[in-house]
Amino acid sequence: MEKLVGSIIKKEYLIPANDFSIAGEASSNVRKLLTQLGVNPSIIKRTSIAMYEAELNVVIHGNGGTALVDIFEDRVEIFIYDEGPGIEDIELAMKEGYSTAPDRIREMGFGAGMGLSNIKKNADKFKLESEPGKGTKVYITMYLSQDGKT
Amino acid sequence: MKISDIMEILQGDIHACKDKLDLFIDSACGADLMSDVMAFSKENSMLLTGLINPQVIRTAEMMDIQAVVFVRGKKPNSDMCELAEEKGIVLMSTNLPMFTACGLLYKAGISGSGKACG
Ligand SMILES: Nc1ncnc2c1ncn2[C@@H]1O[C@H](COP(=O)(O)OP(=O)(O)O)[C@@H](O)[C@H]1O
Ligand SMILES: [Mg+2]
Repeated sequence: MEKLVGSIIKKEYLIPANDFSIAGEASSNVRKLLTQLGVNPSIIKRTSIAMYEAELNVVIHGNGGTALVDIFEDRVEIFIYDEGPGIEDIELAMKEGYSTAPDRIREMGFGAGMGLSNIKKNADKFKLESEPGKGTKVYITMYLSQDGKT
Repeated sequence: MKISDIMEILQGDIHACKDKLDLFIDSACGADLMSDVMAFSKENSMLLTGLINPQVIRTAEMMDIQAVVFVRGKKPNSDMCELAEEKGIVLMSTNLPMFTACGLLYKAGISGSGKACG
């Protein structure tokens, strides 16, 4: 049991590039932890959606990366970063329907260009930083205490 | 409606979590695009899809979808069944096409909880 009241659970996950067979394992693991901690199911769902979309982006677009997850008593902080190609125009990337995903990804049911906006919709706090040629960083905060976005 | 009722209506087979025949399903969505499921299917407990790959099961897990029906005669492979067992997600298949499968279930009382968008 990983319940450490008043303390923090820290997790680090490596997200391999282009390995679709395990894409989502990090999100799945965090989901399990939150379930064990008795977090409200609708908060768990929003957390899962936000983290899974970010994890998929790292697999599909970012050449793999890392997820750092800190669970506090009142919130979860998720930091997902990669050293991939980065995003040239963040405003454009945030637009629903904009996607550079290749056909191979679309054939798997992804790449509709709704991931980033979906993260924004579900996260309590969301920040995207990217530098072309250097990589991309996604920060997600979810509050565990109350339901509903603040 | 129970999984066993759904299998009868769809003339379907069950491939994973065969012990969950009594699991209750009240709402469903039909989609081939997992991006759509992630964005628009917040409250449904079952997914009907023509797409077949492990990511369908992972998407179902994230969305609290408890059962997946593969339409048009597609059958999950053993890796997919194993993953579904691990996640506790029921996998079924039917030879019916998407529209007919959804229509029969809708007529039998399963709702789609998705709202119109826009
Ligand atoms: N980690 C990343 N590294 C590089 N580019 C990214 C990353 N995440 C998103 N992008 C860019 O932003 C676009 C939109 O992302 P998203 O909304 O998740 O849609 P999708 O993943 O379906 O393409 C992507 O197509 C890609 O061009
Ligand atoms: Mg995406």
